Amino acid sequence: MPPSDTVVSARDLGLTFQTADGPVTALTGVDLSVGKGDFVSFIGPSGCGKTTFLRVIADLEKPTSGTITVNGMTPEEARRQRAYGYVFQAAALYPWRTIEKNIALPLEIMGYSKEERQARIERTLDLVNLSGFGKKYPWQLSGGMQQRASIARALAFDADLLLMDEPFGALDEIVRDHLNEQLLKLWAATRKTICFVTHSIPEAVYLSTKIVVMSPRPGRVTDIIESPLPKDRPLGIRETPEFLEIAHRVREGLRAGHSYEEHA
Amino acid sequence: MGETRFLRDRLLPICTVLLALLALWYVFVVVLNAPFEHDTAARAGGTIGFMELLPKTMMQERPVLPAPHQVFAELWDTTVNKAITSKRSLVYHAWITLSATLLGFAMGAVLGILLAIAIVHNRAMDRSLMPWVIASQTIPILAIAPMIIVVLNAIGISGLMPKALISTYLSFFPIVVGMVKGLRSPEQIQLDLMHTYNASAMQTFWKLRWPASMPYLFTSLKVAVAISLVGAIVGELPTGAVAGLGARLLAGSYYGQTVQIWAALFMAAGVAALLVIVVGIAHNLVLKRMGARA
Repeated sequence: MPPSDTVVSARDLGLTFQTADGPVTALTGVDLSVGKGDFVSFIGPSGCGKTTFLRVIADLEKPTSGTITVNGMTPEEARRQRAYGYVFQAAALYPWRTIEKNIALPLEIMGYSKEERQARIERTLDLVNLSGFGKKYPWQLSGGMQQRASIARALAFDADLLLMDEPFGALDEIVRDHLNEQLLKLWAATRKTICFVTHSIPEAVYLSTKIVVMSPRPGRVTDIIESPLPKDRPLGIRETPEFLEIAHRVREGLRAGHSYEEHA
Repeated sequence: MGETRFLRDRLLPICTVLLALLALWYVFVVVLNAPFEHDTAARAGGTIGFMELLPKTMMQERPVLPAPHQVFAELWDTTVNKAITSKRSLVYHAWITLSATLLGFAMGAVLGILLAIAIVHNRAMDRSLMPWVIASQTIPILAIAPMIIVVLNAIGISGLMPKALISTYLSFFPIVVGMVKGLRSPEQIQLDLMHTYNASAMQTFWKLRWPASMPYLFTSLKVAVAISLVGAIVGELPTGAVAGLGARLLAGSYYGQTVQIWAALFMAAGVAALLVIVVGIAHNLVLKRMGARA
């Protein structure tokens, strides 16, 4: 039984997809725990299983070996209790709903009252700096604003865990820097636990308290780095020696995973 | 500025094509109706010159091809100059056909949507139903229409309902096909989102699949409403119906009243255009309410 401040705990977790070309091992031997309030980044090249692992936490994929608990329950039980909010690579806003109606979507499904929905819409719009855009339709917003709206949608209900799958991957670097800074503020303000998939080293190092380095074929964890950086991080921290040292270690971890592949 | 663009981009091309068609029509009127005038002249023991023949081809009582102005005169006479309750009013006949069309269309839409919902939500339905839906449309409607009417008549159903059922038979098909596609149009990521909220199948349907299918629904409704009208007219042909556009077509062909046939054809085309336009307006209203780009 994991201690009560552990949100996600995986033991020897594996997942093999049966495809037309034979079995593909997406994940193997993953041992990992995510503590309450952690900001954990998963980094690695495509095919390393980082998104698959996030989807296993979310009960969007079923593991084929090992065990995993979310809030001490199976992922399915956790999902049924609406334990997490999920932010996808694309904003996935429903085009026929305004921004505030999109944020209201999970609230409607979960049966919140009308007044409660309105209060939460206003609060989360404010949290992602989109106040005043509630009546707009998604197509009237820029890509960065749409992704912020999708984060607001994931924050609208009471889930302590936020799962984010490369949420800023499709955005340009300037917007991404800005959103990273906002995300850290939001994390500090809401004290949620965040699991964040990325393939950007600076993004992973800048955001995380813990960085999980993964490598492909078969998807596995090659290094877990506890970040010594302080919780308060201005963008300028990315030029400090401590930051560069962690970034270096991540890069080494990724390279080690790569050379393994070349020998195999 | 908007007005001149409308004139140039929309009205001008349409009018050009219309004028070209009218000109072509008159050419064929002369060519096709000329032999009758030659025969008449020959029986009278003479010949007829082209300039003399030309106006005569355009005012025959039973021409092979009536001239456009004859058709429109007949249309005008049978719509404006007759009381709409009169059996000789084309408006009266159009209404008979239209009522069957609308009833059949409504039943076809409901049936089509229900079948699509069943097919999308149930694998067994998908496999067992879809081939039959497609097979139903390979049977020529002209062959099955008399059967439907005879069978229904035998069990005491006659009048509006048999015609409406033939409309239904034709119109449910595009709606099933369109709605199956529409209800399956949500992306995986949108469905995953519903899964993460632990949404019920009912909630996923009403909040995601149904709104996502609206553009598909209206596109197939436009096709369906037009063929509903065809179904109703075909339904009137084998019954020896006394009223309706189909009955007018049939009576016209019995008695060689080609002008009457063409007038009924144009009325049918006009009704079809009207129906498609009404569905189109509903389409635009719904999409506008759903936040589509202007």
